[in-house]
Amino acid sequence: MKHYSDLEYLKLSKGKKLGYRVASFFTGIPKAIWNFIKKIGNALKGAGLKVADEAKDIVGTFIKGDWKTKVSYLIMGFGCLARGQILRGLLFLLFEIVFVGYMVLYGVYWLRMLPSLGTVGPHEEYNEIYDAYTTTYGDNSFKILLYGVLTIFFIIAFLYTWRVNVKQNKLAEQILRSGKKLKSGKDDLRSLVDDQFHKTLLALPLTGILIFTVMPILFMILVAFTNYDGAHDGYYSNLFTWVGLKNFNTLFSWSSGGVNYAATFGEILAWTLMWAFFATFTNYFLGMIVAMMINKKGIRVKKLWRTILVLTIAIPQFISLLYVSKMFAKNGIVNGFLMNMGWIDKAIDFWGETANHGLLARVTVIVINIWIGIPYLMLIATGILMNIPADLYESAKIDGANAWQQYTKITLPYMLFITGPYLLTSFTGNMNNFNVIYLLTGGAPTNAAASGAAGSVGFTDLLITWLFKITMGPESQYYLASVVGIMVFVVIAVISLIVYNVLPSIKNEEDFQ
Amino acid sequence: MAKNQNSMKQHMGIRTANAISNTIIHILLVIMSIIWLIPFVCIVLQSFRVESTWQVGYVIPQKWGIDNYLNLANTDFWKWYLNTFIMGVCVAILQTIIVLCMSYTLSRFRFKMRKPLMQFMLILGMFPGMLAMIILYRVLKDLGLTQANAVPGLILVYVASSGMGYYVSKGFFDTIPKSLDEAARVDGATRAQVLYKIIMPLAKPIVIYTILTAFMGPWGDFVLARYISFGASAGMNVAVGLNNWLTPDQIGQNYTMFCAGGVIVAIPVLILFMCLQKYYVEGVTGGAVKG
Repeated sequence: MKHYSDLEYLKLSKGKKLGYRVASFFTGIPKAIWNFIKKIGNALKGAGLKVADEAKDIVGTFIKGDWKTKVSYLIMGFGCLARGQILRGLLFLLFEIVFVGYMVLYGVYWLRMLPSLGTVGPHEEYNEIYDAYTTTYGDNSFKILLYGVLTIFFIIAFLYTWRVNVKQNKLAEQILRSGKKLKSGKDDLRSLVDDQFHKTLLALPLTGILIFTVMPILFMILVAFTNYDGAHDGYYSNLFTWVGLKNFNTLFSWSSGGVNYAATFGEILAWTLMWAFFATFTNYFLGMIVAMMINKKGIRVKKLWRTILVLTIAIPQFISLLYVSKMFAKNGIVNGFLMNMGWIDKAIDFWGETANHGLLARVTVIVINIWIGIPYLMLIATGILMNIPADLYESAKIDGANAWQQYTKITLPYMLFITGPYLLTSFTGNMNNFNVIYLLTGGAPTNAAASGAAGSVGFTDLLITWLFKITMGPESQYYLASVVGIMVFVVIAVISLIVYNVLPSIKNEEDFQ
Repeated sequence: MAKNQNSMKQHMGIRTANAISNTIIHILLVIMSIIWLIPFVCIVLQSFRVESTWQVGYVIPQKWGIDNYLNLANTDFWKWYLNTFIMGVCVAILQTIIVLCMSYTLSRFRFKMRKPLMQFMLILGMFPGMLAMIILYRVLKDLGLTQANAVPGLILVYVASSGMGYYVSKGFFDTIPKSLDEAARVDGATRAQVLYKIIMPLAKPIVIYTILTAFMGPWGDFVLARYISFGASAGMNVAVGLNNWLTPDQIGQNYTMFCAGGVIVAIPVLILFMCLQKYYVEGVTGGAVKG
């Protein structure tokens, strides 16, 4: 590929510029990968050096430190307590006691079981009271996996705190040697609403995210490497265990147990991308046009038009979606209307027609999504359009630009520049738009070719609704759902990466301040 | 003279062209309004239809009545309604606190972990949240917070992960000049005092926006509520409950009742939304512009 210098690049036409950027992105991939590998290498080297530094510092502090510091290596917080920093010392000590207690009582057990995820499943055992064999439950794989991961987290947290404890001692010695006073517990508390106020504010939200988002996602990533499903729920039915990459093989194989998962996955992925593309861009452009129509000079009762559109946002989406879905049913109002008008003789089966990969249902869903999405885009576009400096249009008019030229040369570039990041989030949001698809069609019409795959697959199913169906299905193949979820992540990450690299307008967040 | 006439003519030409295009746009807007309103008009009309309870192909009822509304009392509808209302209020309060803490901190403070934290949350957001449901269900079940007791469990889940949605309000805080904070700091205010005394009064629009969206969340949530309340009618919200009336085996008896329930659900949310519309529009617009 020809490489342009900056000056040559600026001379290119618009289309060529974009082509050049796209081409240079793809030709740049090998180099980017190589750089990435180099980066990882450097990061590893850096991490290694850092660990060595830390170790040196820890040993050095121990050798140079006084006896209070030395005892702190074993009893956390001792140094703080001995030097009068009661609050800090007590917190350190308490953390150590809790940690040791937890590890002795539970932690060791969970860690020991983690590699096998349990050995004793539910089994029949002779019960003397009933004089019969009854089921006795053994290990609980689910809990082992969950608490095993938690225990590892806990150990990391402990190591970190221990390191902080050592640093504190070093710092305290330095401060005392220079003749200054140490911070008291009261100072510490005050700093929590002042210098360290961000820690106070973030404590609650981050704890919530850690427990209810990070933990579950990490757990589910691990589940993708096990055989956790309805028949192996880890306690009541059977234990589950590690299976390595088997589930990924299943999803990408052309025939696994008589089911072509790769083709099913490919079909759903293709439709998901298609849907996200159309749903995003039809809404974007039509919403912009509607906003411009309402904002045009000389249009009356602007507020009324806006309010009517906003109504769709105000009414909970599930009501409108479910209702519209039934309007398009075989015996629904739309068919009734069309037949009364004499335009059709036979009811159109919007949600059941399987011809051309369910084309009719797919188009209908996209059209209904326009109905849902235009009000949002109308609001957003209205806000942005009002911010375009009016003198731009004035000077364009003086130069003799017609309405279409004004639109393509001023309005559209401005909108695209401002809403670039929004388009990306809305694209990924649409890929995961569960509500619209599930409430409108439930995935129908059924895809007969994929009948063997987990969770009855339909032509309008997105990856996300498929994932839901897999977990709700009779076999509840959670491991497969996890693999699909990981694939959704990979697809979204790749798209985001490409868009951020090709689009020139990555905004500097500090610009707004 | 001739030149003047010419420009007059041109002027008139532009004016008539404008008038024509305005008329066309007005017609288009009327058609659009009709399309946008039809489903709502239909659902209201059908909720008053008493001659049959199933789906029909006509809109105007042959016999009018309020039986559908009265019959709601014989179902779990009002239980679902109460559930959803409780969730809405609790989530509105707690989620607002969490979102504001998060967005204010990320907008105002510069600390070492800030950028990594934001990047981490961006990546975290790329995982489908639905994946987490499976384990949340098991954990909540162990705590006894599923099925009939789903309401507290759902509140916990909604609120706990709400810190991820800080983008819109962070964008708003970014627009409040930092010099205000600095002036107050010079005068001896602590960081906490700056937040309560300076920022909060200025942040009223975004607070209202956050409360409004948080309150509306539980009314529209379907998938998580369905998962956590799994089959137990006592723990459902309106979305899950009403959806059950449209399953193939129930739609014959309950279709008109679904319409009535839908109208009752929509009215309070609609009124609230219309009153606070100004703030919502501000939030949506700002959020998209600042990403």
